[in-house]
Amino acid sequence: MKFNRFTVVAALACALTTPVLAQDVKVIGVSIPAATHGWAGGMNFHAQEAITRLEKVYPQLDFVLATASDPAKQVNDIEDMVATRNISALVVLPFESEPLTSPVKAVADSGAWVTVVDRGLSIPGIEDLYVAGDNPSFGRVSGEYMASAMPDGGKIVVFRGIPTTIDNERVAGFEAAIAGSGIEILDMEHGNWNRDDSFVVMQDFLSKHAAIDAVWASDDDMAIGVLAAIEASGRTDIKFVLGGAGMKEMVARVRDGDTMIPADVTYPPSMIATAIELTAVGLTSTAPVSGIFTIGSVLITPENAAEFYYPDSPF
Amino acid sequence: MANVQTTHRPRKALDLKVLGPILALIVLVIVGASLNGNFLSAANVTNVLSRSAFIGIIAVGMTFVITSGGLDLSVGSMAAFIAGLMILVMNALLPSMGPGWPLVFVGMLTAIVAGTAAGLVNGFLITTMRIEAFIVTLGTMGIYRSLVTWLADGGTLSLDFGMRAIIRPIYFGGVFGISWPIIVFALVAILGELVMRRAAFGRHAAAVGSNDQVARYSSVNVNRVRMLTYVFLGILVGVATIMYVPRLGSASSSTGVLWELEAIAAVIIGGTMLKGGFGRVWGTVIGVLILSLIDNILNLTDGVSPYLNGAIQGIIIILAVILQRDKKAEG
Repeated sequence: MKFNRFTVVAALACALTTPVLAQDVKVIGVSIPAATHGWAGGMNFHAQEAITRLEKVYPQLDFVLATASDPAKQVNDIEDMVATRNISALVVLPFESEPLTSPVKAVADSGAWVTVVDRGLSIPGIEDLYVAGDNPSFGRVSGEYMASAMPDGGKIVVFRGIPTTIDNERVAGFEAAIAGSGIEILDMEHGNWNRDDSFVVMQDFLSKHAAIDAVWASDDDMAIGVLAAIEASGRTDIKFVLGGAGMKEMVARVRDGDTMIPADVTYPPSMIATAIELTAVGLTSTAPVSGIFTIGSVLITPENAAEFYYPDSPF
Repeated sequence: MANVQTTHRPRKALDLKVLGPILALIVLVIVGASLNGNFLSAANVTNVLSRSAFIGIIAVGMTFVITSGGLDLSVGSMAAFIAGLMILVMNALLPSMGPGWPLVFVGMLTAIVAGTAAGLVNGFLITTMRIEAFIVTLGTMGIYRSLVTWLADGGTLSLDFGMRAIIRPIYFGGVFGISWPIIVFALVAILGELVMRRAAFGRHAAAVGSNDQVARYSSVNVNRVRMLTYVFLGILVGVATIMYVPRLGSASSSTGVLWELEAIAAVIIGGTMLKGGFGRVWGTVIGVLILSLIDNILNLTDGVSPYLNGAIQGIIIILAVILQRDKKAEG
């Protein structure tokens, strides 16, 4: 009996899968870091939203989404996608460049399309399409805003993220943009893109420096910690805090004309949607999509803030 | 075994061992004061003590768990999960209860109940199911971290803005110029010290951690003692969360990351033995203060690359433990 039932199920399964195979469904694998902080949470949201939308648009495409909490898990995810799902294309936001380079290269060597997002691989030329956020421009736009907001110069403190290439490029871009503007960086410390860490660092900056004109928090999560520390201290010398990334709460404060948050600089987590969409276009049409697609950082001001406000996104 | 040795040790060696963490703390205070004039200002002292309270309250509970031969790696994730739950409950009840202190008390109750439940789960799996504490709490650590990420949908859970103004004084307010987190931390530490030294429960915890067979023959209910240490720790994680949520009014998957290791480090710096059998609550308090002061001093001084903060912290932790090393163990 059991054997019979099994064969029936197997026959049914064959009957069900065969017509789908006949239609030649292509599978796109999407491998991204898990939602371990605000920006990654937004990125996960936009990835899921893009997949839901594209599955309706392209019935001939199938999507596999895997989120990894560390680089080793991401390597496993990609290997599983190749071994069990026979993916035609891989969209990957590498957790770290070095450990992901050779697994992604193996996928590319097998003939699948590879789209790399945000963080580049260590060896150039592996990917067919590179959708890149522009970290130096993120720093530059932030620095140019600081310089224009403080025409007579001033004293600022700077919050850095987790020590990475991303952070170094942003800070280098920022320092180049404020050079010669009369803005003096009193202090720089790592807030690790974390609210609690930044709160603590800002409390200590407030103890250490008697007068601070402005803060480059460089990230909206860090800006929230910084603002809480300033509010608790009762200090009034700090004129404004510049965050970054485009968290919806901060975009709303810019829109509403909050003087402490006069602007924000984008580093959109929705770039993952751009990458998935372009990959789907590449697989289903003859339109060429290979190359580099750079998403520049834009200054959000009260005038254009409404365009950058996504009420449904968690970020 | 180790406990027996301690009682027979000559007086002089015992003194050095006890004084180690205090000396380290005094050295840090002197270094801090000489590097920056604002170090001993009331504002800075309040900042450092208030921010120590989360880890401190948890570390007092951790002292009992470690003394009885256990370990809990889940406390950081547990704090994040409880913070998320507390915010969700308060936001959900806001329309029906309206903003005000009754709702804050419901939030507090949520935290305490959730903490108790989480402690019961850890304790049940470790005592009744007889699974290694390390494995159980490694598992629950992952579970709570995932749950808070899921509750927040990958983003951040934020308390309603009106409620935030009401709840804020729990972290920033206080009496006689001493903020609430410092008062609560002090009360928890004093109670913990009394229980460890004077109450039967503290002696039982040390006996279980020293040799659970002997404790069993001495008619100590070993499982009950172990279970209670995890439940107390869970409750204290709830208390720490009550202090934490008012600060920024938000919780996310990055809340409470590595708190468990900071709490364990503080306990060990304070002179409690990692293998169990001996615990010192006031030592844990010193350990927590040492860890906070290192961060504070590094932020207040220039000249040390921020990339090296972790290395300096590591060196000081190891030095503090070397100072109170058990000399007889070498032979």
